[in-house]
Amino acid sequence: MRRFGNQQVIHGVSLELRRGEVLGLLGHNGAGKSTTLQMLTGCLLPDSGEVDICGINLLHHPMQAKAYIGYLPETPPLYRELTVNDYLLFAARLRGMKSGAAAEALAQTRQRCGLDSVGKKSIGTLSKGYQQRVGIAQAIIHSPAVIVLDEPTVGLDPAQIREIRALIRELGDKHSVILSTHLLGEVESVCDRVEIMQQGKLIYGDTSANMKNYGDGKMTLEETFLEITENNANSRNRDPNSSESAGAAS
Amino acid sequence: MIRLLAMRELRSLFAMPSTWFVLAALQFIFAWFFLARLDAFLEIQPQLAQLANPPGVTTMIAAPMFNTVALLLMMLIPLFTMRLVAEERRNQTFALLLSAPLSTRHIVLGKYTGLLIFMAVLITGMPLMLYTLALGTNIDQGLMLSNILGLLLLISSFVALGLYISSLTAQPIIAAIGALAVLLGLWLADISATTEDSPWHFISPLSHFQNFNNGLLDSSDAAFFVLFTAVFLVLTMKRLHNNLVYG
Repeated sequence: MRRFGNQQVIHGVSLELRRGEVLGLLGHNGAGKSTTLQMLTGCLLPDSGEVDICGINLLHHPMQAKAYIGYLPETPPLYRELTVNDYLLFAARLRGMKSGAAAEALAQTRQRCGLDSVGKKSIGTLSKGYQQRVGIAQAIIHSPAVIVLDEPTVGLDPAQIREIRALIRELGDKHSVILSTHLLGEVESVCDRVEIMQQGKLIYGDTSANMKNYGDGKMTLEETFLEITENNANSRNRDPNSSESAGAAS
Repeated sequence: MIRLLAMRELRSLFAMPSTWFVLAALQFIFAWFFLARLDAFLEIQPQLAQLANPPGVTTMIAAPMFNTVALLLMMLIPLFTMRLVAEERRNQTFALLLSAPLSTRHIVLGKYTGLLIFMAVLITGMPLMLYTLALGTNIDQGLMLSNILGLLLLISSFVALGLYISSLTAQPIIAAIGALAVLLGLWLADISATTEDSPWHFISPLSHFQNFNNGLLDSSDAAFFVLFTAVFLVLTMKRLHNNLVYG
């Protein structure tokens, strides 16, 4: 559960992310997606509830738990004056990698995210799309068990979106990925499972294949999404007692 | 980890042209002031020579110079500390540090150490200039060392205060103005308090620097600087922790 002042923005959210799975967090603007992800990564403490990362409690043992996390916030956290190489090395070392391993990881990640040609440029001079890629690279360079991506494909051109989606799909085989988005196509192409949030609550959760067959199976994902969220808004008189926020990963 | 964060801080500082500009301008000001003091000293030296126990170059040139540099740094340090936390907030890069396996202690000490090293580099030119006097005359080593130590302690307390004020806001400019206001306020209150035992003398870092400036190593002054620095570092850690709680 999470409050800002008197406003309860997240409550009763219980997420479980299994190893080797891509979970999509869907929802309208202001539904609480980013806040949930911030709490999962330790950038914001929940008012009540628990977060476990690979069986380690994030609130009681933040240092150990955070070592398993790679996080790309809504705005990529880039030091604009550093070069791409310096920045990624810093990010890798920050997560506790030795400098030798970090250099190896750098070469691999740069290649994975298509950053080979810009390694020596300073981040401030790159275009939005490249900056976004650096942001993704920063989140995966230490090959964390849990990768948290907040709207990873924002600001990319269609070709880049396809590349990044393929990358996320590939990451999903070995790591656990949780991503927030409001692009339904993204859910269809990369996510194994979908959770829909509205006004700080989870209102729907299923595999993305099942979501496609929602209702009579003839609706598009977009129609399904709208129907689910509208139905929920109409029947908003559920019991608000449960207030445990739990994100258990792997 | 602290070293890594300190290195990142330095790397970012030296990647900006403005840093190099300030570095150069400051060396120029040091040199200008040094030469002006030296000129004045040479002018009155014949008269000094007639005294029984004349003051040497260290008292006449080095001590006043350290005093001026202390005042100069009081104005300058807020400009460097303002970026430490406020800019990370504004550019939203703080999430990288918060989601990394670091405690707030690492973050605060890393930033503090990074800037302290930078400030130490910034002022190295000045003692080196003063030591060139050793070519022609004898330098009072004790007075020099006590001044250097005092200046480092003073810088350390200013940086800690600036870091704390930077952690209160998301606007670097506000952080700079805030830190400047506090430092100037402490200084003005100190020099305008006339009574010997006024509490303003006790809480103003610059008044504790005066003993070092006169070559008097007083452990209570040193303890004041260490405490002053520690208090603001701890407050910054608290503040960053509260940031996680209150968003």
